[in-house]
Amino acid sequence: MKMRLILFSALALAVTGCQNVKPWQRETLSDYTMQGDRDPLGDAQTEHIFFSREEASGGGAIGGGGCGCN
Amino acid sequence: MHMPRIKAIGLLAILLICCGIPTARAEIKVGQQFPDLGTFKLEGNLPALSKTNVVLVDFWASWCGPCAQSFPTMQQLNKTYGPRGLIIVAVNEDDQKANMEHFLQYHSVSFCVVRDAMHTLVSQADVSDMPSSFLIDGNGKIAFAHNGFHGSETRQQYQSEIESLLKQAQK
Repeated sequence: MKMRLILFSALALAVTGCQNVKPWQRETLSDYTMQGDRDPLGDAQTEHIFFSREEASGGGAIGGGGCGCN
Repeated sequence: MHMPRIKAIGLLAILLICCGIPTARAEIKVGQQFPDLGTFKLEGNLPALSKTNVVLVDFWASWCGPCAQSFPTMQQLNKTYGPRGLIIVAVNEDDQKANMEHFLQYHSVSFCVVRDAMHTLVSQADVSDMPSSFLIDGNGKIAFAHNGFHGSETRQQYQSEIESLLKQAQK
């Protein structure tokens, strides 16, 4: 019974965990609010806190995001 | 360790591996016959086609930046090559018709725009990028395919490809 439960959980994870988003399905992903770098001031503040705390700067984020067109 | 537990771990590993494998793609390729546009329930009027026509089918959406960049180029191509037999069919893939209409208010075009509301055509074409376009010869075969729009580079490619296809079609 326990084994069945484990198998069922694994199967549920496998079928729900990965979805391939087709290029024409990226409307929501391309929304402005999905962009990681949409707030320059907020990003600068976060970066400042990060390097003050970690004694390291850069590498905290990557630019872009969104629809992945081209 | 009990045998069933080993089996379960093995199955779990297989499932996780399968989960990471991307599904096979059935993208239509150069040399293949392009699906008959008339068999899809596209919203809008399709132009009548003949063997002397070269058709540019472009898949686009209002939320796609490069698609918006490609519109002035397609409009120019339609103006230049339309009288010689080029027909442009821009297939919209927006989920909401209002988004397409709003986009077209700001990008006024004279070529044919239809809407693939149920995404049936694009699913069959299984394009890998937005925008994606196909140049189709007079026999309905895909002569050239473009993934994405890369400004003047794509424009120049379009021009030389359309020129050669129109020459072939008018022979």
